[in-house]
Parts: sequence; C-alpha cells; structure tokens
Amino acid sequence: MAQVASITLMQNDDARPIIDAIMADNPGVRVLNMPGAVKLDCDGKITVNRASVEERLGRPWDPQEIQLVLVSMAGNLDEDDDHFTLSWRH
Amino acid sequence: MSGTKKLALRQRYEYLTRGLDWETTYQPMDKVFPYDSFEGIKIKDWSAWEDPFRLTMDSYWKFQAEKERKLYAVLDSFAQNNGQTTISDGRYANVLKLFLTGISPEEYQAHRGFAFTGRHLRGAGARVAAQMQSLDELRHLQTQVHTISHYNKYFDGIAEWPLMHDRVWYLSVPKSFFDDARSAGPFEFMIAIGFAFEYLLTNLLFVPFMSGAAYNGDMSTVTFGFSAQSDESRHMTLGIEIIKFLLEQHPDNLPIVQKWVDKWFWRGHRLLGIVAMMMDYMLPKKVMSWKEAWDIYFVEAGGALFQDLGRYGLKMPKYADIATAEAEHISHQNWAVFYQYTHAAAFHTWMPDNEHLDWLSEKYPNTFDKYYRPRWEMWAKMEKEGKRFYNPALPQLCQTCQIPMAYTEPGDPTTICFRSTQYKGDTYHFCSDGCKDIFCDEPEKFVQAWLPVHQIFQGNCGGATVPDVLKWYHMNVGADNMDYVGSPDEKLWNEWHAEKLRQAG
Amino acid sequence: MSIIALAPDYESKVEPRDPLKNFHGNMLVYVHWEEHLSFCSAIAFPLPPVMPFGALVSEVIAPHYAAHPDASKIDWSKAEWMIDGEKKTPDFDASLEANGMHHKSLVRFWTPGLSGVAFS
Repeated sequence: MAQVASITLMQNDDARPIIDAIMADNPGVRVLNMPGAVKLDCDGKITVNRASVEERLGRPWDPQEIQLVLVSMAGNLDEDDDHFTLSWRH
Repeated sequence: MSGTKKLALRQRYEYLTRGLDWETTYQPMDKVFPYDSFEGIKIKDWSAWEDPFRLTMDSYWKFQAEKERKLYAVLDSFAQNNGQTTISDGRYANVLKLFLTGISPEEYQAHRGFAFTGRHLRGAGARVAAQMQSLDELRHLQTQVHTISHYNKYFDGIAEWPLMHDRVWYLSVPKSFFDDARSAGPFEFMIAIGFAFEYLLTNLLFVPFMSGAAYNGDMSTVTFGFSAQSDESRHMTLGIEIIKFLLEQHPDNLPIVQKWVDKWFWRGHRLLGIVAMMMDYMLPKKVMSWKEAWDIYFVEAGGALFQDLGRYGLKMPKYADIATAEAEHISHQNWAVFYQYTHAAAFHTWMPDNEHLDWLSEKYPNTFDKYYRPRWEMWAKMEKEGKRFYNPALPQLCQTCQIPMAYTEPGDPTTICFRSTQYKGDTYHFCSDGCKDIFCDEPEKFVQAWLPVHQIFQGNCGGATVPDVLKWYHMNVGADNMDYVGSPDEKLWNEWHAEKLRQAG
Repeated sequence: MSIIALAPDYESKVEPRDPLKNFHGNMLVYVHWEEHLSFCSAIAFPLPPVMPFGALVSEVIAPHYAAHPDASKIDWSKAEWMIDGEKKTPDFDASLEANGMHHKSLVRFWTPGLSGVAFS
C-alpha cells in the first residue's frame, strides 16, 4: 500500500497561497475538499516551499506561520527556514 | 559575526531549548527525575531526541496569541449576529452538550498530564514540547468553555458540565480513560495520549467532526476546533517522536511500547465510539460517515504510520482488524444505548427521519438495513403508538471501558459479546477481548474502577431511585433529558423559526 | 501479569470497589434476553441471594422486559437458560444461590420462537 503523506489546512484566505503553492510544487497531489478544510495527499512525500508561498503572498513568509492554518498532517515532519515537508521516506 | 543577522531556525532552537538545560549537582539527577525509570523504559541518550517543530517559547507565544485573536474575533461576531439561530437545526446543539461534558474536561486532564510529563521527563527537548502541549490543552478547554457558554444562554443540558463530568454514568467513560492514563507513569502517558490518542485517533474527532460543525452553520465551534487542531499537529509530532525515540533507544523498550500501543489503541477506539454516534446521528447535515472517516484516518493514515514503524519491529495494534470491522456498527449500537436511556442523559435523542435512514442505508450497505433499520423503524412505530421505547433497568457495564455492554460478537452482529474473568475470587465482565486483555494485564488497577451502575446500587449516588440519581447528577428533568421532540430546546428553536418566517413575510 | 507500579507494595493497598460486602446484603445479577437487541445490553440488579429463581423471573425479569412487543408472548416454561456460560435448567423454587449463582453472575435466556424484529 502506498504511504500517503498528507496536510490538512483551513479553507480561508490565509491558507490559500499555501494551498496554491502545494498544488504547484507537488505533482500528483490529490485534493479532498471538506466544509471549512481541505486535505492534500501525495504518495510518499508532500512539501511546502517558502519561496513558492512568498511568490504568491507577495511578502516574506516563515514556514512556521503554517501553524496558524494547519489542521492536521500525516508523515514524518522535516522543517527548516526554507520548507515544511512531510514524508515517509528515510 | 554580524550582530543583527537572524539565527537559523535550528540554531535558535538549540540555544533556547537544549542550551538552557543543565545537569543538577546539588541533588542527583535520579532524585530530581524520580518517575522516569520504574516503567522499565531504558533511555541511553536523551540528546538523541529530535524536535522537528523546533518551536521556541517566544515563537510559541506569538503564534498562540495570533490564533486566539482570530478565534475570539469569530466568537464575538457569532454572538453579535445571533449565530445560534442560524445553525442547521435545534438538534445540532446536542453535539455541543456532549462535547462540553464529555470531551472538554479531557482537555483539562490532558493539560494536567502533560504538565506532569513536562516536569518529569529527563530530556530538555521532550520536556519543552510536553510543557507547550500542556499549555495548549488548557487553552483548548478555555476556548471550548467560552464558545459553548454562548449556547448555554439558550439551550438546556450545558450549565452543569464539570459536576456532570464527575458523576453522570456515560461520562465516566472519558473520565476513566484519562484517569487511567494520568495514573500511569510518564512514558505510558506519552504513548497513551501523545501517540495513541493524539496521533492515531484525534483526527477522527477534530477533522471530520469539526468540518461537520462548519457545515451545520456553527462557525464558533469549527473555529475553536480548527484552532485547537492547529496545535494538534505539533502534538501529533510529539507523539510520533516519542514512540520513535523509545524504540530507537533500546530493544528492551519494544515489548513495553507494543503493549501500551495495543492497550491505548483499543481504549481510544472504544472512547471514540461516542464521536461515531455524533457524526452519524447527531449532525443534522452530514459531511461523511464514521466508517468513511475511519477508513481515511485509521485504515489509510494509520496503515502508513505502522508501515513506517515496522522498521523498529512495532506491529499494528492488536485487534485493529476487529476495530475496523466494528466501524460498520459502533455508531448504531451507541445511538441505541442513548435512545433507550434518554431519560438519564443530559442531551436529547430522536429516531432518524426517512431521509436520514436512507443516508445511513447508503453509507452502511453491509449492515444498516439488515441489523439496525428494522429496529429504528420498530421504535419509530412504537413512538407513534404512544409507546416510546425505554429501558427501565440499569445496564451491565464493561469493567474496563465502562460502556454498557452493548457491542456484539466479532462476526455476529445479532449476539452481544460477553467476556469475563476471575480475579481473587470475584468475577469481572468485559465487552470485548480487547477490554478483557487490558484488565488481565493490570487487574490491580481495574478492580478499583468506579462503575456508575455499581455505585448507584451501593448507595453512593444520591439514592436508590432514578429521580434520586438524576437529582444528584444536577439534571434538570424534563429539560435536559428525554427526546428532542417536545423539549424546551425544540420549542425555542421553533419560535426562532416562526419569527424568521414572519419577518421574511 | 501484574501491575508495574511506583510503590513496591502497591498491590497490598488495592481495595476492589465492588466486593459483595458493599451491596447491603444483596448480590449483583446480570440478565440478558438473547435475540432481542432492543435491550442494548444485559441489565443489572442487586438481589438477595435467597430470592427464589421463580421470583427473579416473575418479579424482576418479566416486568423489566415488558415494553417489548414479544414480552407478552413469552412462555417461561419453554425458555432456555445459560448461567455463567453453562446451559442450565434452573429450579424455579430454589434460591438463586441454590441454583449455583453468585455475586456478578450472568443469566442469559432464549425464548424459542421469539426473536424480535430481525433480532431487535
């Protein structure tokens, strides 16, 4: 069975640039829309890139800001100044 | 070195967490941390602890303050706009009653539990993460009380939540769950709540259920739910780190951890049966069925997780297959319990209407029409004939999970599952092999269980009759309990709607 | 297996919560009507051990199941009994104790020909 790496975010304006960045940067991403929330799934690994979010947001963005709109996630987390990544790879 | 250049996240975290810890010299470390060895867990090197979130206290306060500002703005506007009148249906308020009496007090228990582990784990990284989680859990309780207090101005069954949590029969289920975890050692608590509950199971509560709150027009609850859940991601990370850390530290830890995972998975599965019922029966507008949520959040997400942890030798929790099979039944079986004991519950019940029955048939094609729909239709018919069905006796409870023994044999949904064992000359009864195994592993603990039905018979709950006991529960009989139809809640809801229609002309 | 506790003498301090002596001369009895899942679980009663089994049936069991449409059709002489996991033919005139029952015994019974609406 494929191991799904996943991020669930709130459906709001603060989250939209992050959702868009994930959609652009993770080929094959699957989307489950729920009232108030959106679940984004990828096989193995899903990543949020700071540069990608900043491009859409038009201002500097710290990956830790994702905590303001993050609802849930699945996978092992790796976070630094440039990305926020969940994966099942080692 | 530039005096103004910002440190990288990793360095900042290192200085502000690990760098502030020290080896004690006035007292030996073993006396300073007296609780981290008796459980048999072996830690060789606390410095190997990984902190993926790398959250420092200053960032923690900054983000939490921002979350609070957003949440309270929504709560204010909900109250100012009389949001309670625009929820999907008056029935919806009943999920909030169950939430505040059954779940919010566990946020407080989690706060206490993480404060304990945040003091007693020897590693600085784990201690800081547990302390943050302790503060989060307190915040969750506070925001839930604030949010639901608005509903308390209009709906019954909410006002006495702390007392009810301590006394009412079905609330002993969540209460005893956390009492069990909090009376364990710090490592078992971390596996119980940090890993099994937070990582494996809370998604089922906070994601589809809160999405359901949004769908039912309750913007205040969805906001506290998702605000809480944004902390939960950090909690899930702590949960997965603790299990990986224990398994990496020493091979002797594996059987201990596996035993805890088995125990707390099963206990959590039993506890969440109440959420199953809230999703399938109590949300007037439905987002997904319990079975669908179970498949996404346990079968798929849990499957990926245990595949990953397999490299340490950890296996899927014992009886995971039984729990998955029960996902086809558990919401129906729990709703049957509350329907027949509605006179003793501080929220309202009802039989599903035809549209709701059809939804259940569609979502549960293997089980609903065969096992449950005929019962609901029989009860609806009895209701129409003025013979609404009540169970006039008190139920037999499981010694471990404390739920009425309403669950059926694996593979046979027409027969109640009975299990029992003897301990020091007395008999103990269980709803399942999972609950029996937990008892048999620690009988000394579970023979002390405060089982509400037995306590009533011993004379410790206000008296011998149902009215005596309900009075002791502080239940406002005729308002808090019984069916939604005919309740003061329903009357109020209908008045609001008549008023809206009148204004709309 | 026994508990791993912080206090070495923990086991000696344990007080079970539900021994017979706490029930004021009664013992706990659980009863379940099989194939009638309208009653969500077995039901519990504190009863005197000297109560005749026949009185358990007529004064305790029958009235508590009366709300079910099948209840009025029960022929108690044909009911099949299981006490603590063993098929039994109880002596209705003898006491619960004399019928082999003890504190926290479980009495399951079947009513042949009656199995509710789809076992409900």
